[in-house]
Amino acid sequence: MTSPQTAQPAVTASAADAVVAVRDVHYAVGGHEIFSGLDVEVRRGRITAIMGPSGAGKTTLLRLITAQITPDRGQVSVFGCDLATLGTREIYALRKRLGMLFQNGALLTDMDVFENVAFPVREHSDLPEALIRKLVLTKLQAVGLRGAAGLTPAELSGGMARRVALARAIVMDPELLIYDEPFVGLDPISLGVILRLIKQMNQALGITSVIVSHDVQELASIADDSYLLSGGRIAASGTPQQLRSSDSPAVRQFMTGSSDGPVPFHYPAPDYATQLLGTDEP
Amino acid sequence: MSAGREGYILEGIRRLGSVALFLARLLIQCVPALGRPRLVVYQIYNAGARSLIIIMLSGLFVGMVLGLQGYDLLQRFGSEEALGTAAALGLLRELAPVITALLFAGRAGTALTSEIGLMRATDQLTAMEIMAVDPLRYVAAPRFLGGVIAMPLLTAIFSVIGLYGAQLVGVQLMGVDRGVFWSQTQSSVDLHDVTEGMVKSLVFGLACSLIAVYEGYNAAPTAAGVGLATTRTVVASSVMTLLLDYVLTAEFL
Repeated sequence: MTSPQTAQPAVTASAADAVVAVRDVHYAVGGHEIFSGLDVEVRRGRITAIMGPSGAGKTTLLRLITAQITPDRGQVSVFGCDLATLGTREIYALRKRLGMLFQNGALLTDMDVFENVAFPVREHSDLPEALIRKLVLTKLQAVGLRGAAGLTPAELSGGMARRVALARAIVMDPELLIYDEPFVGLDPISLGVILRLIKQMNQALGITSVIVSHDVQELASIADDSYLLSGGRIAASGTPQQLRSSDSPAVRQFMTGSSDGPVPFHYPAPDYATQLLGTDEP
Repeated sequence: MSAGREGYILEGIRRLGSVALFLARLLIQCVPALGRPRLVVYQIYNAGARSLIIIMLSGLFVGMVLGLQGYDLLQRFGSEEALGTAAALGLLRELAPVITALLFAGRAGTALTSEIGLMRATDQLTAMEIMAVDPLRYVAAPRFLGGVIAMPLLTAIFSVIGLYGAQLVGVQLMGVDRGVFWSQTQSSVDLHDVTEGMVKSLVFGLACSLIAVYEGYNAAPTAAGVGLATTRTVVASSVMTLLLDYVLTAEFL
């Protein structure tokens, strides 16, 4: 493992501003390369969108940022700390400063909505019960679900579960909020609610946000910066408008949703005619 | 062929090492978990109290069968008054710990594995890690401790009910004298026999709870993965219980 402990002067200018910095990251699973030289920077107080087709490694990138996995090569820094140099204890300390919204909410099923939101507070502080109650109710009010405090996760709709999970993610007042596919499987109303909440969290609380998603339209309406992942590296970056006016075929295909282009419609296969008319070998 | 066998052996050793490492991490987390008695008590209730019905019913029937078979066997030698001794020793030393462990694996072990496996599959464990809460401490350790504490208690209840069942058949049905039955039992059972059963049940409790928690924690996060993990819990716990039973019996005799 490399130990890049010396500060890199080339990046220090913007490093002060970068909450997350991913530099030249290589990562492979079972010989299959997912990232080959990935560079991503998330700046303080902004909403950064990470887009890409399914299987491009968006969720893997989040796992790298949250130190669930370590890169084969390269450096991932969060809040200015190189994750490779941190021990388990320090990683846990670092995680207290970030919140994450999971695709399906990942609420703890053996407790009700109130307890779910109270969970991180109870685990990490000795606040008196009355204060915890006020704190949790404020956060639930922010996502519009104060009335659902007594429900169990099984009684919530998909959109409600995600809002409860959002309340839980912000209950410790994180500096960085990470959203994993926050728009998947939501009806238009819930989608609008989530979009508004993400924007609100960012503007009212000043939380730096990273959103991983493939919903181009939704992201374009709220993101300040965006990255397009393709083939293990960043295919394009900039504001959503810049991405849309890009003339790179890979970016154009993704932004317009064409079925064929640099990402082919067909999975690699032997010649069609040969396979159909040839011998009956499978 | 030999390469396949080698791979099989290597995989077995790898798994053994992985379980051992898991146990070490789990035991370290048991210390802070004991500081939250509410979680542990709930898991004792979950693994123990909720298994009571099946344990008591099985205990009763096993005891009754023991009474019937024991009576039939002993009266051939004209020594049916030894029924109490036979039933009590058989239950305390062998049947209660083993059958309780097998039932525990089927009832509580599978529940633990599938619950933890589903928590893994629905990202709940990952969510805890991201919230800087170690799921080993919060989820695995209380369940492990709950199982370890519940098993000897269940075994004791199994023994008592089983002995009552043997008495029911032997005395009420077959006509063994009640006074003889109990006095024989009292005079022939000593603390050593009770200790043997309790030590066995504690070891089985450790093994079954460890297997259940380990399989759930390491289940593949899919429906098939959780199903497979649950099956593995029952198979591994049962085989392990019987194997350990032999080792412990040899040690105690």
